[in-house]
Amino acid sequence: MIHPVLPMILVGLLFGIGLYGVLARRNAILVLIGVELMLAAAGLLFVTVGALTSDTLRAGQVMTIFVITIAAAEISVALGVILAVFRARGNIDLTEAGESE
Amino acid sequence: MTTYDVLFTIAGTISVAAALLAVSTKHLVHSALWLIVSLASLSGCYLVLGAEFVALVQLLVYVGAIVVLVLFALMLTRAPIGRSAEHDTSRVQRAAALVVGAATAALLASVLISAFGNDKKRVNGGGTHLLAARLFGSWVWPFEVLSALLLVALVAALALARLPIGPRGDADGVPR
Repeated sequence: MIHPVLPMILVGLLFGIGLYGVLARRNAILVLIGVELMLAAAGLLFVTVGALTSDTLRAGQVMTIFVITIAAAEISVALGVILAVFRARGNIDLTEAGESE
Repeated sequence: MTTYDVLFTIAGTISVAAALLAVSTKHLVHSALWLIVSLASLSGCYLVLGAEFVALVQLLVYVGAIVVLVLFALMLTRAPIGRSAEHDTSRVQRAAALVVGAATAALLASVLISAFGNDKKRVNGGGTHLLAARLFGSWVWPFEVLSALLLVALVAALALARLPIGPRGDADGVPR
């Protein structure tokens, strides 16, 4: 038996912290860390709702596994892009992104 | 407070504290290491919710693979060691980000709490055997498409790594 309030508060907090990380960081890799936290919050919400309702398809846990897989694909491509930007510009500062010198 | 509540509160508190440190620390590498702590204790939350397979996948894929990739990228982009204020945006933008983040957290939590109420509910984890039967039964086609997605991501990352680019003015965009 568990009170649903606790997981829901954790989902909200993790998503808010991730959003803060995306908005408050200039380094592209640190922005990605914020995105990872938001994805983790989404996975926790899936698992929580799956555990609190009776679902014969186990969609909550299966969806979380899919989200984790997609996060792995996303981070590999994103880090490839970041490394390409680093080779082209010499830094990965997002405040200078898109500006020509 | 039930046992589940206590265990979930412990793991969740560690997770939130580590996540806060990950988005606020001035050390680049520490940020990735705090992300490990946050995601590992989140897998503890999954264990409390009865999703032991998801908890192990979280540990293996997130902590074992994704954070190691992030650390590699930090090294390859010559991350400065030690404190540096270069990683954060200006003070005004950080204050605005704090407001937006706090407002989003409050909105999400209040909407979800009002949707699910606060009655004690039984944790219906299921078990790995049932999960495996569903994953390779009803969900087998999305699962196969995901393996194709992983292959595409692999090829895309390889193609990006082989792009003929160098510093500006080096070759004026001419492939080497």
